[in-house]
Amino acid sequence: MAEPLIELRAVTKRFPGMKALDSVDFQIFPAEIVCLAGENGSGKSTLIKIVSGIYDFDEGDLLVDGKPVADFGPRAAIAAGIQVIYQDFSLFPSLTVAENLALNRLLSEGKTFVDPAHRRRLGAEALARLDVAIDLEATVGTLSTADRQIVAIARALMSDTRLLIMDEPTTALTGREVDRLFSIVREIQAKGIAVLFVSHKMREMLEISERITVFRNGRKVEEGPTGEFNEARITRAMTGHDIGHERHVWAGDTEAVPRLSVRGLAVGEAVRGIDLDLHRGEIVGLSGLLGSGRTELAMALFGMEPHSGDIRLDGALLRLASVQDAVAAGIAYVPEDRLSEGLFMQQPIARNVIASAISRATRGPFLDSDRLNALAEQVVSDMRIATPDIDKHAGQLSGGNQQRVVIGRWLLTNPKVLILNGPTVGVDVGSKAEIHRRIRDLAANTGLAVLMISDDVPELIQNCNRILLMHRGAIVDCLDARSVEEDDIHGRLKGLR
Amino acid sequence: MTAVSKLLRRSETAVLAILLVVMIVIGVINPAFWQADNLFNLLRANVVIGIMALSVLTVMISGGIDLSFPAFAVAAMYLTVIAMNAAGYQGVVLPFIGATLIGLLCGLANAFFIHTFRMIPMIVTLGSASVVRGLLLGLVGTSIINIDRMPPSLIAFGSSTVDIGSSKLSLMIFIYLGIALLMWVFLTRTMAGRAVFAYGDDAESAKRVGFNTRRTVYLVYGLAGALAGFAGLLHASMIWLANPRDFVGYELDVIAAVVLGGASIFGGRGSVFGTILGVFMLTLIKNSLIIMHIDNTWQGVVVGCVIVIATALTAWRDRKALV
Repeated sequence: MAEPLIELRAVTKRFPGMKALDSVDFQIFPAEIVCLAGENGSGKSTLIKIVSGIYDFDEGDLLVDGKPVADFGPRAAIAAGIQVIYQDFSLFPSLTVAENLALNRLLSEGKTFVDPAHRRRLGAEALARLDVAIDLEATVGTLSTADRQIVAIARALMSDTRLLIMDEPTTALTGREVDRLFSIVREIQAKGIAVLFVSHKMREMLEISERITVFRNGRKVEEGPTGEFNEARITRAMTGHDIGHERHVWAGDTEAVPRLSVRGLAVGEAVRGIDLDLHRGEIVGLSGLLGSGRTELAMALFGMEPHSGDIRLDGALLRLASVQDAVAAGIAYVPEDRLSEGLFMQQPIARNVIASAISRATRGPFLDSDRLNALAEQVVSDMRIATPDIDKHAGQLSGGNQQRVVIGRWLLTNPKVLILNGPTVGVDVGSKAEIHRRIRDLAANTGLAVLMISDDVPELIQNCNRILLMHRGAIVDCLDARSVEEDDIHGRLKGLR
Repeated sequence: MTAVSKLLRRSETAVLAILLVVMIVIGVINPAFWQADNLFNLLRANVVIGIMALSVLTVMISGGIDLSFPAFAVAAMYLTVIAMNAAGYQGVVLPFIGATLIGLLCGLANAFFIHTFRMIPMIVTLGSASVVRGLLLGLVGTSIINIDRMPPSLIAFGSSTVDIGSSKLSLMIFIYLGIALLMWVFLTRTMAGRAVFAYGDDAESAKRVGFNTRRTVYLVYGLAGALAGFAGLLHASMIWLANPRDFVGYELDVIAAVVLGGASIFGGRGSVFGTILGVFMLTLIKNSLIIMHIDNTWQGVVVGCVIVIATALTAWRDRKALV
């Protein structure tokens, strides 16, 4: 076999009080696609930072082309042909595509003056290499996420790149955009460039990679050709135990008055003529491509979008003109982007969980801190939020725990209907299973009706009794989760394009 | 996108259009507006505010804000004039170099605090402005240097004109336009200038791409201070007076002009041409208010409204661009 492009031998990296990497061996060969899997804090980000020269390591050797390198900093990494595309792409939104592409080269040329024609030429070259057409004079801020990612990739390939590292590249992409990304990645590979993927999404790892390496608690626990892996094996390696794949069974009465009943709901052009019933204890999945109107539907049910049509709760007609109306009626909504819409990052957990049920912790016009703390403790234990105390800021929690805070907050309002939009986006596997179990318990035991909006098909199959597919503002399919297969749903979603 | 629609989308085009409308309206109300004397006067009033606006523009593109330039300008002006009087020196070039250097040093002090301690530019420049003004009045003096004590060389320089027809156009305008041209070259055609845009757009990314962000911060605030110092002495030369309490309230006027010219207070956007237009618009508005005999206090109201409306428009534009 050829010499590895980059190799780590028994590399250990310590942070105060922990070993982020514990005697790890790792290799990447030219022109191979490797996936790095692992939960948050498993050491995969540390590994990327060592390979890209950002972190120093405490023990072990780093070899480039078979030769040990003593002082491997960011410049050495770039000189060795290693480029990283971070999740935020590190682009300049106010500058043009051409300038974003050309900056690296212009900087390395060390010129004092900039020639716009030269800049445009460099940009055009970079895009031509990927065979994509993006307006060179457009400002990057006006591009879609997928196009911005392509600009970032094109920029990374401007230098003599031999290894491209991509951190969670598919998180913000729709299915079709993921396909386009993968075909670009394969083209890059055909040019002899190795690609290292870091991803949470197992399906994608299995689709694109040739080799998978799984990390857990700073150690490499599994490694092998992708053909030897399936989702269950990756999950087991990542978490150290099997994640149960129990499903949500609902044996309620479809003849009873539905908990939530929607007739002829329309939101502008985005949602048209939706009929929908959610019964007590049901978890109904809702999927569809981006722009299918699913988020608008959720927002309308939460009083955030002006709408027409009938919405009934336990048979009583509701008027949902504002969020306050929806909360008063017993409807709770966990938004897609918990960072910007759901949490007060600089505030302690206790204040975060009480935010929607503040009247339960007041005495007259004042906050009753004893009652507030008692409620907060209850949510922390109910939702199994991993925190030493309720005074920790929400921003200090992991993604999974943050999501539990948001869900737990709504449980304090004793909702009748819970709408979850992307409930486990960016949450790692172990935490995800815990959140799922909690939601299923709630539905089964309290008669809560749940509408779960998600792109994660296995998540829907595991947790829902029914799955609805939405397209161009209408519900086009209703599937029984007991009998439907994952591939079937993927196929139907692809068919909707 | 066609070249025409691109041109229409630029904020400079909007400012230019509004400017023409305002000028036509004023011209209708008072035809004397279009007389060369009045227009030349108006241009002359652009010079000092314009140079200061160019310094603030650079800071704003870098994502910061500068509230210290009036203080630096007054310090550079007053110290230089006092030094000239003390030495009995009669010249022009050396004093301007001196004033520029004083401004530069003050600006570098701003940069030191902003970069080393990662402090918010607004707080640093607010503080340094207060310190510099206080030191100047406390240690150097509080008396106004009148025309009879002003160095004649400066007065002669500040009042130099060129005859166009029967009117005289101040040569200072060409200094302003020359500086503007240099700033345009710097901001759009040099890597150091592009670094200012990149830094203002996303400082972390700028670092990752390989820009020396420390150098950028020092360059931006050093340049801002230097321009302020230069503008300060030029101001004294043009009004034949050095007042150590001068330039109070210039912060608002200059920032209003820069925002009016389409620069984003969040950094990453702004242009020299837009700023020149913004400055012209602001002086035009203030000039018209004076001609219409509107009280000084009401000018503040107008400038305040201009800054809020212009900022609202740019914020609205930025949000629309994102959707």
